[in-house]
Amino acid sequence: MSKTLEPILRKHPFFAGMADGDLRLVTGCAKNVRFDANAVLAKDGQAADEFFVIREGSLAVGIASPQGGRLLIETLDAGEVVGWSWLFPPHVWQFDIVAVTPVRVLSMDGRCLREKCDAEPRLGYDLMKRFSSVISKRLAATRLQLLDIYAGKETKPGAISPT
Amino acid sequence: MSLSGSSSAASGYPLPSFSDGGDPMIPTPWRVAYRRDETEDVFTLGLEPVENDTPRPPFAPGQFNMLYAFGAGESAISISGDPGSEGGCLVHTVRRAGVVTSALSRLRPGEQIGVRGPFGKPWPLDEMRGRDLVFVAGGIGLAPLRPAIYHALAHRQDYGRLVILAGARSPEEVLFGEEFDQWKTEDGVESRLTVDHAGESWTRDVGVVTKLITKADFDPANAAALICGPEIMMRYTAMELRSRGLTNEQIFITMERNMKCAVAFCGHCQLGPEFLCKDGPVYRFDRIAFWFAQREV
Repeated sequence: MSKTLEPILRKHPFFAGMADGDLRLVTGCAKNVRFDANAVLAKDGQAADEFFVIREGSLAVGIASPQGGRLLIETLDAGEVVGWSWLFPPHVWQFDIVAVTPVRVLSMDGRCLREKCDAEPRLGYDLMKRFSSVISKRLAATRLQLLDIYAGKETKPGAISPT
Repeated sequence: MSLSGSSSAASGYPLPSFSDGGDPMIPTPWRVAYRRDETEDVFTLGLEPVENDTPRPPFAPGQFNMLYAFGAGESAISISGDPGSEGGCLVHTVRRAGVVTSALSRLRPGEQIGVRGPFGKPWPLDEMRGRDLVFVAGGIGLAPLRPAIYHALAHRQDYGRLVILAGARSPEEVLFGEEFDQWKTEDGVESRLTVDHAGESWTRDVGVVTKLITKADFDPANAAALICGPEIMMRYTAMELRSRGLTNEQIFITMERNMKCAVAFCGHCQLGPEFLCKDGPVYRFDRIAFWFAQREV
């Protein structure tokens, strides 16, 4: 069953260029799943035993808002992945993951992958590099959000003018 | 063909000449025809001539006017209306930020203000013909880009794909949201709106606007990018566009600062050797990149 998912993983940007043998190992931990809009795929504080490879649709990363409810801080689309808590102890989700639209994802079993990474350090290193790249980009984006870049220097015609 | 970005004429819009005896320092009285709140601190003014037989002066996308709130002073404000609309109002979208813009925000239909302009070099839309256009706006930066978007939409056959990306802090601070929905229904137009954070009812993108660039569908080899927003946002946007394969020669920014005279006399807007009011505000990125990176100026 999971063999049929290998071509899907091969075409996904996150797995681009992965060695055939490693891709086969990863495919053994993949499961095809659909979610309706507004479905909660993961909740802050829950055990993180999987990550999601987005095939279609959009997911949002949310966090508990100080004013109550959930604050969305990032959306992710087809071609991206979400979730790296499965890789690092204590393997607990740090955020909520919510479906913005109907989505098709591959759910990747974190326990299964961890075991394979331990047994095959080359796969572990490859996956670690891929996730490091994702984490680095998300960190850069988060820093930009912290900069509050739309506030600007109040000097722009078109009304960013100090006058 | 490379983009020189030095063209002073843009897409058939005649630029004003002050050699006809008009004094660029003397404001002309205009009347507020309408006022519309866009967000909590951003509003749009539609102006009409006080004398009914006075035509609206032609302007090119990217140019700005000096708006004079009587008794308060002048502020440089980009034109945000449609350059192709015959007659009609002179439209400016303004963020309330200081004394003058607060005085402008208190204006009501029928009241008068002074207008000088239009000033500055526009987006070189003529030179961009045949290319995909990537518009990237941050916050109020969508207002100075809007005339260029209107132009590109009105001349679809002249351009390839149109990608319109805009970012705002929150859903409450999104500008021209309804127009965004309208734009994306046009053939070959992709428009995406993102905010830094949002409640659960928000169904568009969340995250910084630069992230949308990686997802947008355009041909980097045959594209031109037009960016407007705070300088820090434009710097990161240019970086992201370069990572998609654009060169600095394909990237244009509008580089306005504190305009006062608007005719390169006073030096208030000077950045290195550049008088932004006259030499800009629109620049090809490679021509301003050095000064853009100097934190001291």
